[in-house]
Amino acid sequence: MALQDKYAELLQTATTLGVANLASSEQNGVLHISGTAKSTADYDALWALYDKIDPNMASGDLMMNIDIKADAGAQLKVTTESTNLNIRSTPSTEGEIVGKAAHDEVVTLVEKTDDSWWKIRTADGEEGYAFAQYLSPL
Amino acid sequence: MKLTKLLLAVVVSATMLFVSCKPKDADIKANVEKALKADPTMASTTVDVKDGVVTLGGECKDDACKAHCEETAKAVKGVKSVVNNCTVAAPPPPPPASLSTTIDAAKMQQVKDGLKDMAGVTVEFVGDKAVLKGAVTKAQRMTIMQLLASAKVLSDVTGLTEKK
Repeated sequence: MALQDKYAELLQTATTLGVANLASSEQNGVLHISGTAKSTADYDALWALYDKIDPNMASGDLMMNIDIKADAGAQLKVTTESTNLNIRSTPSTEGEIVGKAAHDEVVTLVEKTDDSWWKIRTADGEEGYAFAQYLSPL
Repeated sequence: MKLTKLLLAVVVSATMLFVSCKPKDADIKANVEKALKADPTMASTTVDVKDGVVTLGGECKDDACKAHCEETAKAVKGVKSVVNNCTVAAPPPPPPASLSTTIDAAKMQQVKDGLKDMAGVTVEFVGDKAVLKGAVTKAQRMTIMQLLASAKVLSDVTGLTEKK
């Protein structure tokens, strides 16, 4: 249970922030944590805490599989580094590019297709799949 | 004298009412408790009886158990009605899904897709881990770790260096 102690502050904060379905379990020297944060701000706070407890998150002893609550119709901000986000016809990089969303543009969530691809719609009505990593619920 | 008689009559009848009800409620309580105890899942239910009205309390493991407690209590002789104040315990969350996730082609693709805009970062899959190498900024490191976590992929990021 040493890892539970190492990341006690993180687990405590997750509880305080009301992370839904919070679960944690240690396996083969890795602490697995899962749950759904209420907001992007909460999510960022937890990740900042992880980086503080384990500098550069280099130990490889925490799997923080926390997502952010977002239902269909939620507003998402495009959080690419600076480039446009491709919108594709299918949930894969093989999919044809059917549109683009600009950096910092706000789009609407249609459905969470899977872990990595979400179906979105832009204000211009372009609809398709985008890489979820670059979408942050507002 | 008349008033005294009347008062006496009231007291006597009240006492009789009290006496006649009290053991009945106690009997009902005992019988309901007995019926509930027969099923270990309902054994912790608390029982209160007043004038034949049974109030159930305590924690049930699920809605079915709660309904079953109520039916069981209703079936006991002498029970007029049941107030079901049992609470249902929230189910424990399932264990983290990443516990049982293994690296497959789709996971590898997901990680590669996420890294494709990060020039100079390479990924290799060794055993159950993604091994990353390259020079990254602080923000990129955060993005990489979040990407790996959302893909539920274990990682070795000791090969990532600070971009100067």
